[in-house]
Amino acid sequence: MIATQLPALQIIIPLFAAPLIVLARRSELAWIIALVANFLCVLVAWDLFQLVNEQGIIRYSLGGWAAPTGIEYFVDTVNAPLLLLVSSISAIVVAYAYHSVKKSIDSTKHYLFYAAWMLCLSGLLGMLITGDAFNVFVFLEISSLSTYMLIAFGNDRRALTASFRYLVLGSIGASFILIGIGFLYAATGSLNMLDLAQRIPNASSERAILVAFSFISIGLMIKSAIFPLHAWLANAYHFAPISVTAFLAGTATKVSLYVLLRFLFSVFGTQYNFEYLLLNVILLPAAVFGFLIMSVVAIFQTDLRRMLAYSSVAQIGYIVAGISLATQAGITAGYAHIINHALIKTALFMSVGCIIYRLGHAHRPSLDNLIQTMPLTCVAFIVSGLGLIGVPFTGGFISKFTLISASMEKGWWVMGGLVLVSSVLAIIYIGRVVDVMLFRKQRLPNPMPQGRNEAPLSMLVPMYVLIGLSLYLGVYGSETLTVSGEAAKQLLGGFR
Amino acid sequence: MNTILGLYNYWMVIILMMAGLYILIARYNLIKKIIGLSVFQTSIFYLYITMGKVEGGTAPILTGDPATYSNPVVHVLILTAIVVGVATTAVALALIVRIHETYDTIEDDEIKAIEMLEEDS
Repeated sequence: MIATQLPALQIIIPLFAAPLIVLARRSELAWIIALVANFLCVLVAWDLFQLVNEQGIIRYSLGGWAAPTGIEYFVDTVNAPLLLLVSSISAIVVAYAYHSVKKSIDSTKHYLFYAAWMLCLSGLLGMLITGDAFNVFVFLEISSLSTYMLIAFGNDRRALTASFRYLVLGSIGASFILIGIGFLYAATGSLNMLDLAQRIPNASSERAILVAFSFISIGLMIKSAIFPLHAWLANAYHFAPISVTAFLAGTATKVSLYVLLRFLFSVFGTQYNFEYLLLNVILLPAAVFGFLIMSVVAIFQTDLRRMLAYSSVAQIGYIVAGISLATQAGITAGYAHIINHALIKTALFMSVGCIIYRLGHAHRPSLDNLIQTMPLTCVAFIVSGLGLIGVPFTGGFISKFTLISASMEKGWWVMGGLVLVSSVLAIIYIGRVVDVMLFRKQRLPNPMPQGRNEAPLSMLVPMYVLIGLSLYLGVYGSETLTVSGEAAKQLLGGFR
Repeated sequence: MNTILGLYNYWMVIILMMAGLYILIARYNLIKKIIGLSVFQTSIFYLYITMGKVEGGTAPILTGDPATYSNPVVHVLILTAIVVGVATTAVALALIVRIHETYDTIEDDEIKAIEMLEEDS
């Protein structure tokens, strides 16, 4: 009974948790409801993941209305791993958030914070699971609106303007997607993704499809912060509460990238010429310039959050580079990097959160000799930083290695080389932080008391769980690659 | 002639869409920006509704008399999109209120000037 309703439960659990939290009001209770709901989500996602591996595609008709008419939830090897990834990251960060939220947000507003978080989670999971093009837009807006709210919770008043600017850009992006879906509907008369994939090749007007394709791609490029449409990201990540940043860095842009993948390969299919135009002429240069320029920009940031935000745009560049190869190996690399980067970047932001929790800032030059006072946090930062660079036995190595070998395979030697150059840049910006943390002698009289001053255990444990997870996927990299390979096969094969 | 009058609705969509985007980009006042955003979104609603209109079609009500009817799906979709648009505007206006409280201005260029001054501690 429950097993057949799993796809709906995946969305309903966080969606119902949000009003429950508002009713509960007390901040501890709100946190507990959020945590429990989130872990239930992880369980559901895990079950779905297993089911998809055993039985293949799951199609679920919402309300019993059959597919092309009704809304359909569609779980296959592409979105099942991401459902698991997004719900797990959210669960771990909610567990982590308790102390950091308590310290930085007014206690009368905690329940609103967690309610918005749950709405954001259900929006993100909805974007992943739905098989209906218009439904993607609705869930996108659910997650975006709650994201604007979460960002505005930041302590600095610039969080408000960051949130506002993201709202303006995000709404334009979402509206573009809406226009695109409208043209698709006009050209084919369907909104169901599987149905669309079958009807698009026979559509009467190729120009309408091209317009739809362009609008949807640009909208999703804004939402997934692909260079040069990343302008909203740096401020939003910088000024949002750090737990929100950790959550968004691991999930929001990745989910938009998934929708982009879905539309590019599953819905529009690879037979279209303009697709290759987009991939090779637009996405590829955007990706390459993205990971080079943004890595350089990251070097010169003094605030850790800002540095990691720019590094996020650079890492999205790797993912897009993999996608734009449009080969089995390329998409496998891009997909694997979605998983690895989500885990690594979330862990990095969590360690920055621990620093902010104790010091009240994340200003790089004032982190002198931090290893003395916060050894565990520093180790966490360094280990995840190595993952970001792509040192062997970390997740980052697996996906970057696959990306480079994929570009070699296609004969794009230059791109493979540029990925290496950008990795060297990552060594520089992570290295500068590590240098200050480990070796710099104390110059300023430290306002913090001497001796151990570690972040609370409730922050450290979730952070190390996440780091353990990413190290596990680094050592047993073949598992990530198997999952990604399956996803790539499904994407390139179209809906089956 | 037919391309101008016959596609009247679509021309209006384009004009509204461009006007909305222009306001959004060119105005510094945050409220005006949101007005631009709303105009932009409204133009998309027109686009959808126009798309569903069938010439000579009636409302899709089951009367037993099989008449031509307009496509009802787009209306349903746009009902959802209108709700989303209202929610976006509401969140944006709430943010503007907070911005006004903390910055004492809602002019984007003045806010940028203030932000330049408090570049990080």
